[in-house]
Amino acid sequence: MSPVFLNTLEVILNGLMAGVMYSLVALGFVLIYKASGIFNYAQGVMALFAALTLVGLQTGQVPFSHLINAIFGTEVHHFGWELPALVAIVLTLGVMVIFAILVERLVLRHLVGQEPIILFMATIGLAYFMEGFGDLMWGSDIKKLDVGLPSGGSFWLEDVTRGWAAEGADYYGMYIDLLDVWAAIVATILVVSLTLFSQYTKTGRALRAVADDHQAALSVGIDLRTIWVITWAIAGFVALVAGVMWGAKSGVQFSLSLIALKALPVLMLGGFTSIPGAIVGGLIIGVGEKLFEYAIGPMLGGATENWFAYVLALLFLVFRPQGLFGEKIIERV
Amino acid sequence: MKFTKVTALAAAAILSAAPAMADLVFPSLSYRTGPYAANGIPFADGYADYFTLLNERDGGIGGVKIKLIECETGYNTQKGVECYEATKGEGALLYQPLSTGITYQLIPKATSDGIPLHTMGYGRTSAANGKVFPWVFNYPGTYWDAASIIIEHLLDENGGSLKGKKIALLYHNSAYGKEPIRTLEELSKKHGFELMLLPVDHPGQEQKSQWLQIRRARPDNVIMWGWGVMNQVAIQEAVNIRYPMDHFIGVWWSGSENDVKPAGEGADGYKAVTFHNVGANYPIFDDLKKYVIDAGKAAGAGDQVGTVLYNRGLYAAMLAAEAARTAQKIHGVKQITAAMMRDGMEALQVDQARMAELGLPNFGPEIHVTCANHGGPGLGAIQQWDAKAGQWKLITDFMPADREVVDRLIEEDSMAYAKEAGITPRDCK
Repeated sequence: MSPVFLNTLEVILNGLMAGVMYSLVALGFVLIYKASGIFNYAQGVMALFAALTLVGLQTGQVPFSHLINAIFGTEVHHFGWELPALVAIVLTLGVMVIFAILVERLVLRHLVGQEPIILFMATIGLAYFMEGFGDLMWGSDIKKLDVGLPSGGSFWLEDVTRGWAAEGADYYGMYIDLLDVWAAIVATILVVSLTLFSQYTKTGRALRAVADDHQAALSVGIDLRTIWVITWAIAGFVALVAGVMWGAKSGVQFSLSLIALKALPVLMLGGFTSIPGAIVGGLIIGVGEKLFEYAIGPMLGGATENWFAYVLALLFLVFRPQGLFGEKIIERV
Repeated sequence: MKFTKVTALAAAAILSAAPAMADLVFPSLSYRTGPYAANGIPFADGYADYFTLLNERDGGIGGVKIKLIECETGYNTQKGVECYEATKGEGALLYQPLSTGITYQLIPKATSDGIPLHTMGYGRTSAANGKVFPWVFNYPGTYWDAASIIIEHLLDENGGSLKGKKIALLYHNSAYGKEPIRTLEELSKKHGFELMLLPVDHPGQEQKSQWLQIRRARPDNVIMWGWGVMNQVAIQEAVNIRYPMDHFIGVWWSGSENDVKPAGEGADGYKAVTFHNVGANYPIFDDLKKYVIDAGKAAGAGDQVGTVLYNRGLYAAMLAAEAARTAQKIHGVKQITAAMMRDGMEALQVDQARMAELGLPNFGPEIHVTCANHGGPGLGAIQQWDAKAGQWKLITDFMPADREVVDRLIEEDSMAYAKEAGITPRDCK
């Protein structure tokens, strides 16, 4: 095979992996939008907060230590113990559940029946609050995240594919980051679990009922507030997964909150209400932007990925406003 | 009515009165929040702690206390300009904008207001021409110096020739990131190496395409012009594709502990150019501990002391204080104005003997600023990350940039700016 063909294949493969990472972020948006009609601006910050909490718990960091030290003149920073990754993940999930309860109690409960734009504004406020709160709680230094997932190029794939090129060709084998492979596996498990949960559990069916029609769900006795707590807790779990995968690449830092920017074109393309849409949308954006950058990018000076992702999403919006899998909005006058 | 008039007159008198001149006022346009906070905090801490040290140990500069006014910019250009406008009336002597974007906005404002800017190793490179930019200083080195010093280092490593080599520039796709391109293009013509340009979009969290390109093209060296998360991701991606780390070299804004630590052991050997020394093994740190940290007067938690960016903030404050001292000497007054401060900056001489007196022996190269040269010596050294020890080590002496290329580019760019802005370059004889 020619190196050009193999390189293109490598770009597609890595595009798919990047797409999975985008989908992980987009999933959180979809879950909340489906259940409550809220576009949750704070989803990126939730990923940051979850990852900060995970690292903080794992490394035994004292929360609010800067504040405590400033007030009491103490010098406490660490508890002196370290937690295994799995225990820290479970505890972080607990924190995200508490977070979901607080969001429902302190924000959503007071905004029932308000226009979607008001709820959207509330999530902007929530995002800014959490940015500062996360900083105050865990500090703003960049933290190394290590939950034991392998990373780096796969030697095996390189060795296997090196022989695919014609003899004497300048080809080093195909590259794929093992962390991306793990992200894909985790994302698959996540989507399958979410699907099974929503199809075969009572709570899942209630979630779907609320997503379909709030009023009808209320009329059959479904407690909307509980559903919101569950939805935000699940979105918090998804945020944790996204935070772990992205944080493993860049360290846990404020910029993690900006990963939401990568989810927007995915949502525009896949639709705001569809879990498969978030996955397929992510994959299309991932492959599309990487291929475009590979084939056309050099002619345009490079760094075309963000631009291409949004242009592609815009095109979809023009021809299919509800996205690939979104529900078509029909309003009768 | 009478009361209203008296009140109005009193208010007008207060508003029009000259600012209180009891202190030497140094605003600090810091960023302790936002995406770049992890870098902004140590710099701001170092900047503040040095001034606190002077106040606590020496009673200020020449007996006049220093007043530091910190204003949060979040590394946002608009907020930076707001901070400037909000603090300039306090009797500000000098601004350190800490952002190339803010610098570009402040150059015309500060010039018109008569307040000097010190854009240490960032900002508009051609502001090094003091004939065109009398109020802007970028000593001890500029971006173009940095690019050239990196190439000088690579020349040293390759027996004086880069002919036929391939060098990639991985840069933040912004005005900042594009700064070295012109210099590197000139140097590639001069030394016969191929320059490969790889832009990375803000914030730089996704760099898969760029590193796949690097993996395919196998450049002999990769130079990085990044900031914030772009640095950490780039270093991690380099580790992932098993790029030799000692062939990967960053500008001085891509060479802090924050950039290498997330990649762990894999980052071992990564290099960066620097215009000051590394570590906390200097006498000044004993004084800082005694008068500032142990006294509970540190700007931050005290956990950043000795890091690259803390040291840089400290160094910037030291240069500001030395310029203020020079201004006091030139004008024979203790209470200097911004215009006098500018004179002090333009006459700044910091030799090794003075550095030793300040508790910072061999911390940086000697600095001699002149009317025409606001860029200082333009020297830089190479630091390398030792992951096991968890510290940077200086692996070369401070070396000069290719002055023939860099000075010509500065002259061309500054003269083009002068023409565009209708500035007649002053005579610096």
